[in-house]
Amino acid sequence: MSTNVMLCGVGGQGILFAAKVMACAAELSGYEVTTNELHGMAQRGGSVTAQVRFGSKVHSPLFGEGDADVLCALEPVEGLRCAHWLRPGGHAAISLQRLIPVTVSTGRASYPSDLEDRLLRSFSSPKLLDCAGMASKLGDMRLANTVMVGALSSWLGLPMSSWRGAFERIVKSGLVEKNIAAFLAGQEA
Amino acid sequence: MERRLLSGNEALARGAWEGGVRVAFGYPGTPSTEILENLSKYGDVYCEWSPNEKVALEAAAGASIGGARSLVTMKLVGLNVAADPLMTLSYIGVVGGMVIVVADDPGQSSSQTEQDTRHYARLAKVPVLEPASAVECLEFVKRGFELSEEHGCPVILRTTTCVSHSRFLCSLGGRGIAKDANFERNPTRFCPLPIWGRKLRRDVEDRMVRQSLASDTSPLNKEYVRGTGLGIVTASVCGLHCLDVFPEASVLKLGWSWPFPDQLLKDFASRMDRVVVIEEGDPILEEHVKSLGIPCVGKEVVPRCGELTPMVLRGVKARLEGREPEVVAPVADAADLPGRPPMLCAGCPHRGIFYGLTKYDVVVTGDIGCYSLGVFPPLSRTDVLLCMGGGFTLAHGLSQAGEKRPVVGIVGDSTFFHSGITGLLNMVYNRGKAVLIVVDNRTTAMTGHQEHPGTGRTLMGEATSEASIEAIAAACGVKRIKVVNPYDLAAVDQVLKEALGADEMTLVISRAPCVLKERRLLGEKPVVDESKCKRCKACLKLGCPALELKDSAGCPSVNPALCVGCGMCVQTCKFGAL
Repeated sequence: MSTNVMLCGVGGQGILFAAKVMACAAELSGYEVTTNELHGMAQRGGSVTAQVRFGSKVHSPLFGEGDADVLCALEPVEGLRCAHWLRPGGHAAISLQRLIPVTVSTGRASYPSDLEDRLLRSFSSPKLLDCAGMASKLGDMRLANTVMVGALSSWLGLPMSSWRGAFERIVKSGLVEKNIAAFLAGQEA
Repeated sequence: MERRLLSGNEALARGAWEGGVRVAFGYPGTPSTEILENLSKYGDVYCEWSPNEKVALEAAAGASIGGARSLVTMKLVGLNVAADPLMTLSYIGVVGGMVIVVADDPGQSSSQTEQDTRHYARLAKVPVLEPASAVECLEFVKRGFELSEEHGCPVILRTTTCVSHSRFLCSLGGRGIAKDANFERNPTRFCPLPIWGRKLRRDVEDRMVRQSLASDTSPLNKEYVRGTGLGIVTASVCGLHCLDVFPEASVLKLGWSWPFPDQLLKDFASRMDRVVVIEEGDPILEEHVKSLGIPCVGKEVVPRCGELTPMVLRGVKARLEGREPEVVAPVADAADLPGRPPMLCAGCPHRGIFYGLTKYDVVVTGDIGCYSLGVFPPLSRTDVLLCMGGGFTLAHGLSQAGEKRPVVGIVGDSTFFHSGITGLLNMVYNRGKAVLIVVDNRTTAMTGHQEHPGTGRTLMGEATSEASIEAIAAACGVKRIKVVNPYDLAAVDQVLKEALGADEMTLVISRAPCVLKERRLLGEKPVVDESKCKRCKACLKLGCPALELKDSAGCPSVNPALCVGCGMCVQTCKFGAL
């Protein structure tokens, strides 16, 4: 059996970094782990998703719709778009920072005004938080993805030593403590 | 042994390095690009971006004919360009191992076609290896060099987007010995003139028989025995999905999938009550299994198009069991969400040219690169996309055939060097009249900023000569060459007006570096003055993602997190509100 995590957001938000940190923490906890990412045109503002799987044995790097144990979204519309990936009883964390797509700015679509209602209808007790705002308070908006990793960490059952180890391995040494602070802020949210 | 989480592409680089690769060549293309980017970082393998895939494959052939191990990388459509040398190389063969990595893209996440590279392997009569994971990528590329040398022919290693971009924990080894080339003359082998070529042709057939026998017992093919009811014959990452989706079935996952391991297939099938062939792409394996007299199910229940994801395979399972496939659809609240298509970045220099073209009734033939995104509204200024270099040649043909509207052909800088030059030469030679534009952003942007002959830098980071588009065009005989700064919308309009009115061909070079690569502010970030804004939405016609309109009756606003201060929107506002 594996734990399946679905990450979604918009190109440039740091989804792939979040997936990497999670995978590294799982590896350091002694699990087999895989990741998969859809990033063909990711830097150009399109929707981006990534999957992380870990457990004592993992065959495929992909799981199916309705199979995610944990879902995290760095943008609320992207969270709704991917809501059906979460299994019944799964956990969701959604950042409320809104990124307006160009389809909306050019009048070809509208951005929903009742997002929180929709999120509460589509997920059972989701953790809604403002990762970008929390990261800004910590002094760097780019830490929003790390705040998110912290927010969902309690559902993954990995020890703090593995998370610390993951940051130490992945980010430049000068940024480790900042990332851990952002992680802890997310964990407490 | 050290283990590291590697993507398929990183593992291919690692495997090539461990396998003693001496030289590596390629042209960027998603999902293959990161292989050479990673291999070049080892520092002790000569790596290069070639101008196109044909050049890359030929250069690697030269190295391997001389006895050195070589790697070539490309995406699926790259093999179309490199097909010519591949066919003949199969006959004359190689001395040093040669692995041609071709990354297919089932589901077309970033490709114009969904072609199945196994067809090329059969056409060229060379073996194809299909790793399912990064672990196998590392192992298979090493084994590929050995097989290539054992059988004296190049080997195709086919990945897919999922294989190239999935990470697995891989065990690492040390650097393999990389031999230099030491060419030995043998014209009866290396010069396939008909007198010798006919013998080479027969040798290829004999070689395939030997390869089929070798594949029968190859450890690259893996059998997962879990029962004798349902037996699945499959290859690549589909095999891993099948292990999850069909927990009771036995799975024969082919890693050396062509020439087919006939005996292995027969043995496996003989132990199963029922056989199903599950392969992404065309029914190549299925048709062969049937030709061996093995009753099996295949494309009746397995889709031909798209990626075979776990969800799709659950549908296959349902159909096999006579059930309706379950559907896990998006939630009801997701039904009317705004789309988020990829788009030209805030501050992208290409925007100036496409915006300029919106003022004219022209037909625009485009090309493959970021500027393919010029097809989307509100710019909507690309009408046809065919292939690299096709932006120029399509324009020429359409214009010569009497199209009444002016025709504009667009290529990028990397595609100009890839295959735009011959089209340009042809147009000069044959007195064409279309307007040609090179949108030169000084890099291969779409695939993540790779160097090319015009950037003055090699993949290994060395300074080199910088090919000039103007000088090449002049040498081809182009008389009217205009260089324009695409951020200056008035200048763009002036150049386009003159070019479209001229009675001879014009080459416009729109030159400004990619903002995503430069990552610097181009100017002051504008702010919308709501008291001056007339809500005319003229600025929104640029389709800039930094210009947001949250309320359709309100003022647009500039998102400072995205804006790079390119100033194009300021030029579109007649009321000084920006």
